Amino acid sequence: MTAEASTEEPTPTSAGLSGQGTGMPEWLVRIVLALVPILLALIVGAVILLLLGRDPISFYVNIVRRGLISWIGLQETITRCAPLILLGASLIVAFRAGLWNLGIDGQFLLAAVITAALSAWMIQSAPAWIVLPVGMIAGFLVGAVWSLIPALLKAYQGVNEIVTTLMMSFLGVSLANVLIKIPFNDPNTTVPQTMTLATDDRLPRLFGTTINIGVVIAVVVILVVHWVMTRTAFGLRLQTVGANPKAALHAGLSVPLLTVVTFGLSAGLAGLAGSVEILGVWGNVRADWNPGYGLAIIPLVFLARFNGIAVIGFTFFFAMLSIGGETASRRADLPNYFVLVLVALILIFMALTEWLSHRRALARRA
Amino acid sequence: MTNSVQAATAETGAEDPIVVVDGVTKRFPGVVANDAVSLSIYRGEVQALLGENGAGKSTLIAMLSGMLQPDAGDIRVRGQATAISSPRRALELGIGTVYQHPTLVPTLTVLENLMLGAAWHQRMNRAATRRRLTEISQMLGISLPEDATLGDLSLGQQQQVEIVKALWRGEQVLILDEATAMLTPKGVEDLGQVIGRLRDAGIAILFITHKLNEAVRFGDRVTVLKLGRKVGELAPDQLAELGEDKAITRIVDLMFGAASSESTSEAASRDKSRLIEGPVILSADGLAASAGPGEPAVTGIAFQVRAGEVFGIAGVDGNGQKQLAEALAGQRRVIGGTLSLKGEPIGGLSVVQRQRAGLRYVTDDRLGEGTVGNFQVGLNLLLKRIGDEPFWRGGTIRKREVDRHARTLIDRHDVRTPGPQTPIGRLSGGNIQKALLARELDNAPVAVIYNKPTYGLDANNIQFARRAIREQADQGVATVLISTDLDEILELSDRIGVMLQGRMVGIVDNDRDAQRRVGELMIGVGAAA
Repeated sequence: MTAEASTEEPTPTSAGLSGQGTGMPEWLVRIVLALVPILLALIVGAVILLLLGRDPISFYVNIVRRGLISWIGLQETITRCAPLILLGASLIVAFRAGLWNLGIDGQFLLAAVITAALSAWMIQSAPAWIVLPVGMIAGFLVGAVWSLIPALLKAYQGVNEIVTTLMMSFLGVSLANVLIKIPFNDPNTTVPQTMTLATDDRLPRLFGTTINIGVVIAVVVILVVHWVMTRTAFGLRLQTVGANPKAALHAGLSVPLLTVVTFGLSAGLAGLAGSVEILGVWGNVRADWNPGYGLAIIPLVFLARFNGIAVIGFTFFFAMLSIGGETASRRADLPNYFVLVLVALILIFMALTEWLSHRRALARRA
Repeated sequence: MTNSVQAATAETGAEDPIVVVDGVTKRFPGVVANDAVSLSIYRGEVQALLGENGAGKSTLIAMLSGMLQPDAGDIRVRGQATAISSPRRALELGIGTVYQHPTLVPTLTVLENLMLGAAWHQRMNRAATRRRLTEISQMLGISLPEDATLGDLSLGQQQQVEIVKALWRGEQVLILDEATAMLTPKGVEDLGQVIGRLRDAGIAILFITHKLNEAVRFGDRVTVLKLGRKVGELAPDQLAELGEDKAITRIVDLMFGAASSESTSEAASRDKSRLIEGPVILSADGLAASAGPGEPAVTGIAFQVRAGEVFGIAGVDGNGQKQLAEALAGQRRVIGGTLSLKGEPIGGLSVVQRQRAGLRYVTDDRLGEGTVGNFQVGLNLLLKRIGDEPFWRGGTIRKREVDRHARTLIDRHDVRTPGPQTPIGRLSGGNIQKALLARELDNAPVAVIYNKPTYGLDANNIQFARRAIREQADQGVATVLISTDLDEILELSDRIGVMLQGRMVGIVDNDRDAQRRVGELMIGVGAAA
């Protein structure tokens, strides 16, 4: 799987996904191809549950009941979507430009810690309506700065960004820990954590729910990203670099500059995700906190084929799965991680579907 | 490994060919890779198969070694028509191939690599393998360190192991694909000796190369492929009669023209040495371009192209033509000399700035860099103008304008596409080239550089492209035509510069004598004009 770019429509490039010749409209084929792996994963997951002596129906029902139907659960699910969608936007920028920014966890966490410390310190002398935007801008900048080394190495030396971003991610997570434990440590708590931003000073909530406006910000951001990537000259330049760097050089695009800008945007959005999570939900960062959303969101972005709107849908599904899955697992006396088994199955079937449709396209062409 | 060596009795100039390729044709989408190619391979003889990149050598080898099947024609082995259905079948028929790229495992020893060929149910027999290796080594007159790790050997020795492996089961036909490509001069010499001994042992050898001097040096018989067709063959007695220098000249004729007498007479009869009086549009003086590792260093290039003139740049492939084209277009840094367009220096300008000034570059790598395969045709036609009005306004795309622009160009250049929104990668090579021409010739070009504009196209599309080039020139565009097809250069050019090892070794008027002089310059025997 490569970070393939597309044009106008968010069309995935492999011709295998086109509905030509099947009589089905293109968009329907795409939805089917996205849903089939999920369905198969649920079926195989059910078999595993049966083998473990659990009732798959009640497990799935519990997931949906807790993650979707119960009011509290639904609010949690939607709240969880905010950072995931922003990370999805971050990856769409990078992947469409053909760059593997796999350092989003480090960018996310570092931005979260600095946002937490900065906002808790600023709130002592400034109103929330200043502190919150400043915190988010700071998060964006922290993320962007943390991508600078991989970006420059990639742009000017061609160093593989997969390796450098992963390494910077480790460093970022470690640095975040150091920051929490030493300079930003709140002396009033026993567990190392940053100073806490009071609940009233966090991102405003929507209509008396527990959902904060972070999710609104996230949806707006990803729609803008989607629009920029598919409708603007800037987006087309990024996609040209992603789809064929030699063609980009041939067309006179400044590939190094675009590479650095892409990294800045992508990592900045990952940082923004960290800020929104802190300013909206937690108010502080504890030393052991590292949700690892990055690894969860990468497959979702591929599943959505870099389409921002589809990412929203898949993110919601995943958030529901993880929120509902916690309860369902506990009730079925399974470890919390069982949800990850389902996610892994989805990925396996996704790859299989991709392969099969590719084969089918080849066969049709021959 | 119990196969015994078939007694390799040295036959003298065997009359019956061991392998006959008879009218073999192989097509790929948009390209005829082999067009009714016939040749015979004889025991105890080295046949050099000569041709430029894309001439169809690899396709022919692939069919002989069982990787591809011909669309038409026969391959006969020892007089019997046989389908070489797989590489395994080729080995059974006694055809061993040493591929251009290494096929051995560098972390295993020489012996272990040779034992890998055994079927999975057979026990590996170290002693027998060792014996067989000794036998073949003696035949080749080499000695290999059997227990050394393969990756530690020199490339020449690694290749010897490949040869041993190709002859393992007593194969009587050995195909060597670009065997000298990765060797040092010493390695080439050693290979020459090995080939000599194999020939003396009665093995039939097909030696594939794109280097002229090697073909003459190693080959008892030289067969020339060009654009998928066999354009000539020099039998051993002819070669002996001509002597090396004359043989080379003769082969140059075959490779780069003269063979198709029809077009030559037409070319010769036309008045090509026109006097062009337009102003000088594009001029280079002492131009030098940066070179990456393994690339020819382009230095001291000087030429002038007037409005309406076609300046052909001929040369054997890989003598710096691509590097020169990229330096002219701005994709490669100019490190010396001057380059000017309409009197303005442009050597320091970017690709986009040169493009805006009216300098256009039609790349030879139409899939690799000319287009983005999964972008639609319409966007590819605007690939060098992303963000420009009226197709983008305020940075936002206006699809209607993009489509309208695409339709205009598609009509003008007869691009066969289902529509402007079809991904360009789904079009045939000829239509992609038309789209590229359409893109570069659109929007008031002042000077156009064409790099191998008809490479890999079929006859119709070649004619179409050449006509487009000619018409543009007649409208006053200064034209630089880089091509390895001498016929093309002779047909279209007013003057011809010749590139050799990164330099322009001569510029001649395209008069009646041009073909001979250009041919000589190309191989470095002519005096600079």
